[in-house]
Amino acid sequence: MEELFRITYPVKAADYVTAGQASTDIKRKLKQLGVGGDVLRRVAVASYEVELNLVIHYLGGELCLTVFEDAVQLVSSDVGPGIADLSMAMREGFSTANEEARSLGFGAGMGLPNMKRNADEFDIQSEVGKGTTITMRFRLS
Amino acid sequence: MKVSELKDMIEARSLTPDVAEDKEVTCGYACDLLSWVMAHGEEGMAWVTVQTHLNVVAVAALAEMACVILPEDVVMEEDSLTKAASEGLCVLTSRLTAFEICGRMAGAGVPAHG
Repeated sequence: MEELFRITYPVKAADYVTAGQASTDIKRKLKQLGVGGDVLRRVAVASYEVELNLVIHYLGGELCLTVFEDAVQLVSSDVGPGIADLSMAMREGFSTANEEARSLGFGAGMGLPNMKRNADEFDIQSEVGKGTTITMRFRLS
Repeated sequence: MKVSELKDMIEARSLTPDVAEDKEVTCGYACDLLSWVMAHGEEGMAWVTVQTHLNVVAVAALAEMACVILPEDVVMEEDSLTKAASEGLCVLTSRLTAFEICGRMAGAGVPAHG
């Protein structure tokens, strides 16, 4: 499958001011590449959720966008802390967000389920002390 | 209903005067939990919230909402408004409560889902 475009965004932990910049840029780039409609919206929602997860929960990491001829791929990878119980983390309403995040209206426990709902393929790998990698693919029809 | 008509109906004023108010409002929503809104946000939505920080603009713009409505004369920080203007997002503020705003929207036939 031919790779058309790739860009990696570093995401800083606990930086709520710049949170959302990577997702906004991803949406802009995809628009320029001619991606639109429902797929664009789903990628935008999922990329924002995963970006905010990096800001809120992780010790920082990066978000990589790859555009193929027939799909858009988002990969989020971080340097920890890792998720102890993945099945709990995937449950709607379960959140470990801190007080600062909650005061801004985050921490409803919708992030991971929302990513899964919006992506055509969703994979999460996590190891406590090592980090978490989330891979999402969106088919371009 | 266009944003401009909605603005009049809920006795609101725009905090983003340079943004056109011609977007079509297809549905309404009220919530202050951003991750909840991210999960349920829809294109064309008029979203009522008391949250005013930068991430409100990011959520509304990414979901391609029609406008954000701040109830009870809440105003938004300048940096959030600047970002909203750059994203072409209309931000309204009304003296009415969130309850009254939603009541008027529902009464005028604005549905919960577009």
